[in-house]
Amino acid sequence: MIGLAGATLVACADKSVPPRQLAGADAARGLKLIQAEGCGACHRIPGVKWPRGAVGGPLDDLSTQALIAGRFPNRPDVMIAWLRDAPAMSPDTAMPASGLTQDQARDVAAYLYSLDAD
Amino acid sequence: MQTDAPPAHESLKGWPPPALDPAGPFAAPLNSLTWGLLAMTAAVLLVVVVAVALALFAPRAWRRKLGGERLVWIAGLAFPVVVLSALLVWGLSLTNRLSEPPRPGELRIRVTGEMWWWRVGYLDASGREAFQDANEIHIPTGRPVALELESTDVIHSLWIPRLNGKLDMIPGRRNILRIQADKAGEYGAQCAEFCGGPHALMALVVVAHAPADYEAWKARQAAPAAPAPAHTAGKAVFDRAGCGACHAIRGTDANGLAGPDLTHVGSRRTLGAGVLPNNQGTLAGWIGDSQAIKPGNRMPAYPVLKGQELRDLSAYLESLK
Repeated sequence: MIGLAGATLVACADKSVPPRQLAGADAARGLKLIQAEGCGACHRIPGVKWPRGAVGGPLDDLSTQALIAGRFPNRPDVMIAWLRDAPAMSPDTAMPASGLTQDQARDVAAYLYSLDAD
Repeated sequence: MQTDAPPAHESLKGWPPPALDPAGPFAAPLNSLTWGLLAMTAAVLLVVVVAVALALFAPRAWRRKLGGERLVWIAGLAFPVVVLSALLVWGLSLTNRLSEPPRPGELRIRVTGEMWWWRVGYLDASGREAFQDANEIHIPTGRPVALELESTDVIHSLWIPRLNGKLDMIPGRRNILRIQADKAGEYGAQCAEFCGGPHALMALVVVAHAPADYEAWKARQAAPAAPAPAHTAGKAVFDRAGCGACHAIRGTDANGLAGPDLTHVGSRRTLGAGVLPNNQGTLAGWIGDSQAIKPGNRMPAYPVLKGQELRDLSAYLESLK
């Protein structure tokens, strides 16, 4: 936890720090899942040319963002739980439970964390 | 990473539609015609290029022959008349049965182009509309289906490359496009006549079923929406937000005619006229701000809906299988 917080602080100061790593996750497969699910219907996501939805927030610099949905710490495990079942964590969110498996959600998280704000 | 990514539409089966890959007896002759014309024009081009080269570089005797009156009559007049007439006769003989009027007992589906989606009505034997669907055409395999093409606003054109050529949908007219799929599957289609704004995002999927599966599908679609006791909250949002002014859900009070019929919207393969995968998330994104997805389409954004309302509403619509 302290290490992660430290990494986040460093990341703020120096964008060259590698983003959050998820061992064994496949970011390329994550992007395919993002496109197959149509996440772009609500979110602007680098690597997804279209659609660029405007209902949810843009995900351009998620890897350096401190909080998920403005309320949960931006850690891989929290991110995976959020991707799979957001309403369980935040009952009034518009984001529905996705039906992604744990492994699929890991891949999606890996892709989102691979995005660099620059 | 962008290079090895699949097309954004990979989940939209059959889209983008491949051309020159016929999947039925109405597309096959067009395919032959396309290749035949291409081969013929390539041969003529070759002859002309050779003739030009000879005229420029050949020995004097050859050039004199090339400029002779006899060659002008043969190669300049007789040859094109014969070749072009033959191609015309061949082309007409291949295509003249593509647009015959519907025959008695033939399956008829009315497809109406609207800015920027497709209204699809399934006609019974007497020509009356049995039920309405949108943005998908379902057909049985192995038999011809007559599509009656109409338009309510501007000229659209329905193009299902694997099943037939393009045919315009013209306001005030009814054009017949006949299709037949030999194998069950999904065949992408696209509006092929610029119709303003989001014309490029006006796609459609033809779904061919084995005949028994087609009858089962038809029976499900013709039925009104089943009551949704698990989705009373979402249904309440639908009613409160006034969605029924433009959309019909048969079996409920919603009877709007301006937009697509939503009675079985959850069973469709795509959303927004063939452009998005169809699931609760994309439904929420479409309702929340379809203008960001398909700018200029006739459905307004609904920023007034709260997060949970949007989730309930999209869950209700997704449940309409």
